Amino acid sequence: MTTIDKAPTVQRRSAGTGTPATRILGIITIVSMVWLVAFGLGFSPADRDQEEAVRIMYVHVPTIWIAYLAFVVTAVASGLYLFGRKKSLGWDRLAGASAEIGTTFVAMTLVVGALWGRLTWGVFWQWDARLTTTALLFVTYVGYLAVRRLGGSHEQRARRSAVIGLLAVLLLPLVHWSVRLWRSLHQEATVLDTDGDIDMDGLMLFSLFVGVVAFTLFYIWLVLHRTRVMAMEDMMEDHGLDEALAARRREAATLNGEEN
Amino acid sequence: MEDAGFIIGSYVLTFLTLALMSWRVLRSGRRLADQIPDEDKYWL
Repeated sequence: MTTIDKAPTVQRRSAGTGTPATRILGIITIVSMVWLVAFGLGFSPADRDQEEAVRIMYVHVPTIWIAYLAFVVTAVASGLYLFGRKKSLGWDRLAGASAEIGTTFVAMTLVVGALWGRLTWGVFWQWDARLTTTALLFVTYVGYLAVRRLGGSHEQRARRSAVIGLLAVLLLPLVHWSVRLWRSLHQEATVLDTDGDIDMDGLMLFSLFVGVVAFTLFYIWLVLHRTRVMAMEDMMEDHGLDEALAARRREAATLNGEEN
Repeated sequence: MEDAGFIIGSYVLTFLTLALMSWRVLRSGRRLADQIPDEDKYWL
């Protein structure tokens, strides 16, 4: 952990990472979350087979959608860092912030999915193809985040994590198609299916749509804030390193003066 | 009744996690922003 001296230019009572745009986005996100709860728990009808348990779908499906989105953003940002002409650390921070959010959302998918599984299958967990590949996805991105925390310069961190970010995203098709590749307890995709036929009640589909929109807005809001926090963490680290180098130089100069 | 516990529990768990993530990021943002000059904050 670095220490930083309070410089005279330091601002007090800072607004943090917020801007008017993120505040507006935050308010829209909260409103859409309220809509999600109203439709998910209230207005949407019960399912013929699953009855009330289907209501878990309105939070379960959007969580894995955000995880997919977040990991694709991580891969794209990693590619832009690795192959872009200007090796901007901004891409690396976006990749890292997105992977953090995606990993948390995969964890939520697994936990909420386990609750849904208990109601529909009678068990919290099965070593089923979809569940196992999703758990593998989670572990892979925990590994990605661990690699980001290894020592070295920002550029070293960016380079090695970008390579992993590009490789890890290859798991997404495996997770998504696992229900078709292997025999699975988990149902096949209802919306993102290849035949384009959506076999779902209109109000249920709308509730799911509200969930996806609400969580996507939340993802955008959070990734903006987290990227800014990461930029400040990098600045603090650089400042700490500069301070340490200056202290070492002063120490060396004092020792040289005593010898002379 | 058991179903209601699982359904409401999954919503509570989801929204608590979202709130916790938001709080953690905003708090560290505020803490760090206090130590960094505004001219270094590209979003301002």
